[in-house]
Amino acid sequence: MGLLSKKDTKLITDPLADNNPITIQVLGICSALAITAELKASIVMAVSVLFVLGIGNVVISLMRNIIPSKIRIIVQLVVVAALVIIVDQVLKAFAYELSKTLSVFVGLIITNCIIMGRFEAFALGNGPWRSFLDGIGNAAGYGVILIIVGFFRELLGSGTLLGFKVLGDPIEKTGLYALGYENNGFMLLSPMALIVVGIIIWVQRSRNKALIEDH
Amino acid sequence: MEHIELFFKSIFIDNMVFATFLGMCSYLAVSKKVSTAVGLGAAVIFVLAITVPLNWLLDQYLLQPGALSWLGAEYADYDLSFLSFIMFIATIATMVQLVEIVVEKFSPSLYNSLGIFLPLIAVNCAILGGSLFMQSREIPTLGLALNYGVGSGIGWFLAILAIAAIREKIRYSNVPPALRGLGITFIITGLMAIGFMSFGGMLTGGDDEAPKADEATQVEASKEDLNKEKVLANNIKVNE
Repeated sequence: MGLLSKKDTKLITDPLADNNPITIQVLGICSALAITAELKASIVMAVSVLFVLGIGNVVISLMRNIIPSKIRIIVQLVVVAALVIIVDQVLKAFAYELSKTLSVFVGLIITNCIIMGRFEAFALGNGPWRSFLDGIGNAAGYGVILIIVGFFRELLGSGTLLGFKVLGDPIEKTGLYALGYENNGFMLLSPMALIVVGIIIWVQRSRNKALIEDH
Repeated sequence: MEHIELFFKSIFIDNMVFATFLGMCSYLAVSKKVSTAVGLGAAVIFVLAITVPLNWLLDQYLLQPGALSWLGAEYADYDLSFLSFIMFIATIATMVQLVEIVVEKFSPSLYNSLGIFLPLIAVNCAILGGSLFMQSREIPTLGLALNYGVGSGIGWFLAILAIAAIREKIRYSNVPPALRGLGITFIITGLMAIGFMSFGGMLTGGDDEAPKADEATQVEASKEDLNKEKVLANNIKVNE
């Protein structure tokens, strides 16, 4: 008997692909699109959501029997807002530049639909340990998409990854640039985030026909 | 003039959906039919018009560094801005609840059309985003804050109306099966966002130098032929 039973493992692995919060459940799109022009920002955002959703799910799950159902939304909002304030203050203290890039989108984790969606759909009806796994799994599924989008946008848009010039130097014409390659600056603009996510959905659904919806 | 400029800017240039991706969840979920899209859009305008000015007052008299100085000189150096998330979201949640009760009491017909959307709105990123952008852009007066709230609400309304109309029509076209539904909606929204970017050139703002410099190089570039343009671009890169 390992730490995780089969059912528990499923809680983590399911949201990574076939029940992905972004591409299948359509939750938490706002922040996913706005901050993915750089890989670093995407990773920080993914980790922040992992923290907020993991802890938040446990807190809500522990309180699930004492929250009156009429005011549950406001209770949930207070829990998330408190966790997000912690994340925001930590970022401001240790990564000030990055917190400027993320600007209001850290605050918008509060209204990120993934968080409220998981509270409503899972944490209110399940025990703390399973809620924790569910939170981690969904946040990871969200993070995977964020990192894929961030990877392609930074690679194609500025030719760097995490700030390293992996394709050579565009000014001194080394690496790929010596062959006449140019950066596609368009990838850095906001509309391309939507189109990249659209393509991810396309690829995913072509591979798994069960996910195709009829209009 | 300031009012017209901000109004135009918040509807088109800084459009909530196309420029900052706020409220995408409900934008994607509730845009299958034009009639429901209109209902949700109207509710968003309504709630933004109330919460943005209210949060402006909170920010001005409670949260900003030095905002408490109206209480007395000894409170002047308090900075409560770390509380803004929790204050804003609490204001929004209570206002939404309050608006729901008031509308239900005084205008049952409006309640029937907005009713089911109001609770949804408390967790719509567009509403909290409106207040947070109001704070980070340092909107100076209450009137402008109201203007900003209404303007961004109208921008969001236009966006969801347009996508709902397109989605109603696209039912008759032959979309690749794997793109049907969500995928094609994303790509259409991307294309619409590219369209909306063209509004960006209409107001140059005057406060930042960058757009002006861009314009200058573009005018120069159009005079030169293609080769010279390349040489120029290379020179600029080398100079940097």
